[in-house]
Amino acid sequence: MKRGWLALFVVVSAGSAYAIDAGIAFDDPQMQARYEKITSEVRCLVCQNQTIKDSNAFLAVDLRREIRRMLTEGKTDAEIYDFLVVRYGDFVLYRPRMSGKTLVLWIAPFLLIVVGGLVAFKVVRGRMAMSIDDDSDSNQATG
Amino acid sequence: MSRYLIPLLLVAIMIPVFIIGLNRDPSELPSPFLNKPAPEFELPRLKDPSRTVGSADYAGQMVLVNVWATWCVGCRQEHAYLLKLASETDIPIYGLNWRDQRSKALAWLSELGDPYIASGFDADGRVGIDWGVYGAPETFLISADGIVLYKHLSPLSEMVWQRNFEPRILAAKGSIE
Repeated sequence: MKRGWLALFVVVSAGSAYAIDAGIAFDDPQMQARYEKITSEVRCLVCQNQTIKDSNAFLAVDLRREIRRMLTEGKTDAEIYDFLVVRYGDFVLYRPRMSGKTLVLWIAPFLLIVVGGLVAFKVVRGRMAMSIDDDSDSNQATG
Repeated sequence: MSRYLIPLLLVAIMIPVFIIGLNRDPSELPSPFLNKPAPEFELPRLKDPSRTVGSADYAGQMVLVNVWATWCVGCRQEHAYLLKLASETDIPIYGLNWRDQRSKALAWLSELGDPYIASGFDADGRVGIDWGVYGAPETFLISADGIVLYKHLSPLSEMVWQRNFEPRILAAKGSIE
């Protein structure tokens, strides 16, 4: 039974894998690699948590076509990302660029690590300073 | 007491942050064109493909550019209000018929009425990309000097118009006179 479901899943999902962005866009493997990298870094704004590589929404299809066109025209990756950010804003890139508006996204994790680390450090230091003979109390407290 | 003060303070800060954050619709993104020159376009007209319609047609006027398609449910919802705006205000409405089929779009306009001065027929979504369109209906308010004053991302209605469009239109008109 389980195997049957698995087979069904494979068949169904294989179909959809071909439906999206069928075929190879470029004969040149290097171009194809660039194309695949760019499309996997660009957010499909209608289906926000998918890349345009994984989506068949109109917008994703159109953007893939534009990216293919720009690659054929010899545009650099940076120029292609610029084209998209100018039109759709920073949110279109899964890895937003460092800029005034996105700075907080980039520094927040490090800031949180530092603040969390300081808090943890203070708590541990405080615990270390406590006398050992109130073991029973702290056991109760932590349940 | 003071050992509870800091967590309490933190919670007091987080509550408004979450209230604002959770009430925002993450699918509504600010247009990068806001307060910047609107992109230009030129497309064959929906009703008469031998002629074009484009940004040159409304240069020097304050206009609405409305992105619509027959497959878009929200567009049907706002259509009656667009007709009302077309008859009751002096702001011309231009349409961008996005990713649609001409026959369906023409049938839609003859069945429901046509609020547009003209609609450009953007079959392959090329102009849509230039305008950063990602979901219809979208409505751009463009000033007489070609600046995007506002972009609205859901169906238009009386309430939306009064709250989001009228103040901006009045402000823009006021600054000219």
